[in-house]
Amino acid sequence: MQADIQELAKELGLGLDLLGCIQCGKCTGGCPVSITTALNVRFLVYEALVDALPDLGGMEELWDCTCCFTCVERCPKDVRPAELIISLRSQLVESGKIPGTIGDALMSIFRQGNPLGFAREDRAAWAEGLGIKSAREGCEVLWFVGCVPSYDMRSQAVAKAAAKVFQAAGVDFGILGTEETCCGNEVRRVGEMGLFEMLVEEGKPLLESVGAPTMVTTSPHCFNTFKHEYNLEGMEVLHYTQFLARLIEEGKLTFSGKVERVVTYHDPCFLGKQNHVFDEPRAVLQAIPGVKFVEMDRIRERSLCCEGGGGRMWFEGTNTEERLAFQRVHEAAETGAEVLAVACPFCMSMLEDAVKVQGLEDRLKVMDILELVAEAM
Amino acid sequence: MASAKPAALVIGAGIAGIQAALDLADAGFPVYLVEREPSVGGRMSQLDKTFPTLDCSSCILTPKMVDVGQHPNIELMTYSEVVAVEGEVGSFHVTIKKKPRYVEEDLCKGCGACAEACRMHGRVIDTFNQGLGKRAAIYVPFPQAVPLVYTIDPNACIYLTRGVCGKTFKCKDACPADAINFDQKEQFVEVDVAAIIVATGFDLIDPRTKPEFGYGVYPNVLTGLEFERLSSASGPTAGKILLNGKEPKDVVFIHCVGSRDPHTGVPYCSRICCMYTAKHAHLVRDKLPDARITVFYIDMRAFGKGYEEFYDRVKHEGVIYRRGEPSEVFKRGDKLVVRADDTLLRRTVEVEADLVVLATAVVPRADTEAVARLLGLERTPDGFFKEAHPKHCPVESTRPGVFLAGCCQGPKDIPDTVAQGKAAAAAAMGVLHQAMGNG
Ligand SMILES: Cc1cc2nc3c(=O)[nH]c(=O)nc-3n(C[C@H](O)[C@H](O)[C@H](O)COP(=O)(O)OP(=O)(O)OC[C@H]3O[C@@H](n4cnc5c(N)ncnc54)[C@H](O)[C@@H]3O)c2cc1C
Ligand code: SF4
Ligand code: SF4
Ligand code: SF4
Ligand code: SF4
Repeated sequence: MQADIQELAKELGLGLDLLGCIQCGKCTGGCPVSITTALNVRFLVYEALVDALPDLGGMEELWDCTCCFTCVERCPKDVRPAELIISLRSQLVESGKIPGTIGDALMSIFRQGNPLGFAREDRAAWAEGLGIKSAREGCEVLWFVGCVPSYDMRSQAVAKAAAKVFQAAGVDFGILGTEETCCGNEVRRVGEMGLFEMLVEEGKPLLESVGAPTMVTTSPHCFNTFKHEYNLEGMEVLHYTQFLARLIEEGKLTFSGKVERVVTYHDPCFLGKQNHVFDEPRAVLQAIPGVKFVEMDRIRERSLCCEGGGGRMWFEGTNTEERLAFQRVHEAAETGAEVLAVACPFCMSMLEDAVKVQGLEDRLKVMDILELVAEAM
Repeated sequence: MASAKPAALVIGAGIAGIQAALDLADAGFPVYLVEREPSVGGRMSQLDKTFPTLDCSSCILTPKMVDVGQHPNIELMTYSEVVAVEGEVGSFHVTIKKKPRYVEEDLCKGCGACAEACRMHGRVIDTFNQGLGKRAAIYVPFPQAVPLVYTIDPNACIYLTRGVCGKTFKCKDACPADAINFDQKEQFVEVDVAAIIVATGFDLIDPRTKPEFGYGVYPNVLTGLEFERLSSASGPTAGKILLNGKEPKDVVFIHCVGSRDPHTGVPYCSRICCMYTAKHAHLVRDKLPDARITVFYIDMRAFGKGYEEFYDRVKHEGVIYRRGEPSEVFKRGDKLVVRADDTLLRRTVEVEADLVVLATAVVPRADTEAVARLLGLERTPDGFFKEAHPKHCPVESTRPGVFLAGCCQGPKDIPDTVAQGKAAAAAAMGVLHQAMGNG
């Protein structure tokens, strides 16, 4: 077997277990990109095991993996196949053989603390005049805004909605402003382990120094890495849907308006499949007066990935024709929903694009749950 | 009972317990056979045909059921449970609770007039048919039941749940033998036995623990046991494979659902599902000659006598075996889609289906721990009862005088279950003989 790959994975802190594989195929059978691309993670596991991996540089499909971790969830033997892909990517990163757009994103994170190529100083520009205090002043809830909601125009609207909702619910919250730096969830998943370590080394003491008992993230990606990979002490990490569900249950978040629309919901992989947060987003949506909630067929554990994770925001993929997000928006439209609700900035971007490309704009609107909540306040 | 010899207790009257009880009784020992359901028969009574010979299950089981009901050396106690066991090998003192049937066993003729008349007729979920059909509140689980005595389901009967059922009891009025008696109470019977055989059988895992297969979401995703009822002449469709009144054109079988998977608590292979799936595929071919039949498997395990040959036969009947464990079932239009990595093609495929059958894992009975505590038994890490030694004491439990038979010790098919039932009976006879010498 390719002892070095197994060894390497161990060194990187990954739980990959090549020797446990029974070649059942559950990983690839559930892999969202296994039909549309050449990626077959089950076969890769076998090749790695018997030391027959081809030249990695030629395997562009390694970058197709969205790190949805469906394969990890479904594998009966805890092989953690996606972590083989991360290990292989880390080798490619080492040798500099990575897609240029991913390289640019990584460089931007290294220099400016965000993958989008914007200046660090502008990170909190969206928040000006909204009366949001600095977490440095002390707060009950540290809100980790995230890179995309900080800089991306569409997602800034979601961040503003969040601020409005938190304020209305009387939450004592603060943000880190220009000190906030990329969580590194995707950095780790594209295999840039050195940079990820650096982000944790600098980020962990910063986050802990706020002294807030709770951190709430806008993005499921930040939520995932903070919860599982930062080992934060004295701080509970929540995705905002969990936080809102809690506020609603405690009677702290109440609605005075209505959203009279038919709404369906797309489970983000990093929230649903990977962290089993299925009920809270639905509870929040169903608590909004006027919302008629409908489900798609592929939901919860069987949800279809939007292809936005694992570095795919910065890499088109080897198949640009058949996007899963295209399938997804059609499925949403078929339910009769007017709004496709999301809870992740990457899902927002992938699905909103798909709605445009598929010409569904007059039927279906993609909105974050936060925006729907804010609308009903 | 006719014999004055020391007695044995057999707990559970599936094929394992039935066989053990018959062998002991034929050897002249008195046997108390305790079964908690209203009838003997166990899982085997729910099966249609049996692999690899395709004998009809009830044709080979019913004569044995009738025998245990009539044997002069067997005291059959159905709808009963063991509640206390004291003493030790050679002299156990056992307390058995007889649950009230609200029907007098010696009066009921088994005619079923009560069930026809019952206000709940056709409204109670039929557990024997795995919920695929409906029955009355007063019922026999299946027509060949032994004893053929009706029982009132205390959770479904209007009178027993609400204290009143219309102006008059429809069941009582209909009964020609005046057998219905709502004054029946629980009874406790105490018996002395020298040896005990545990034959409590198995459960199947709830496939909802593998949500990716959509069981409970799609009505045309069934378990193997549900398929047995669908295919059985005594089942809800009289043996026709019909879903919502329609014959399926594309049928997909999925092996190893929940098995070989430490996450579901089933790290082991369930041993019977490769073969019963082959049998199911054959039954579909037999009843629906034009159906497209696909079986998805990880490894094909056909190790018993005549088993590989049966697998060969089924393949030649046009059943397509594809290697790869499906990962997802979803809907497209009015078809289900089964998505799998065909590991031989090295390509992910989507196979359409009108019926998906899941070969669910064999697991220990839900109350195994309670039974273990009652009898002072140990369990192996897989949850089944532990044998004294896996090689040379396979039917002895870790407690002297208590023996194990059938699937309560681990998953097995009928030939192995019957062999173990016979072995447990033989081993128990040693103890009984010794007790005879002492007494
Ligand atoms: C879908 C399916 C298809 C199958 N097809 C085949 C086939 O074709 N060929 C084949 O060889 N095998 C087949 N099998 C396997 C076969 O069903 C088993 O080998 C057999 O039923 C095991 O018998 P048993 O007596 O050990 O257990 P069971 O049949 O489970 O009987 C146990 C009995 O004990 C009773 N009991 C349980 N707990 C208590 C208690 N605490 N007190 C009193 N009574 C209790 C139960 O009510 C039950 O009556 C199939 C199994 C399944 C699930
Ligand atoms: S699901 Fe796990 S055991 Fe099965 S082929 Fe994939 S890695 Fe191997
Ligand atoms: S993480 Fe998702 S995309 Fe990547 S190999 Fe696994 S199933 Fe496929
Ligand atoms: S009392 Fe009523 S519900 Fe109960 S068995 Fe008789 S008729 Fe049926
Ligand atoms: S008998 Fe076959 S189907 Fe059943 S668990 Fe074992 S390998 Fe899987």
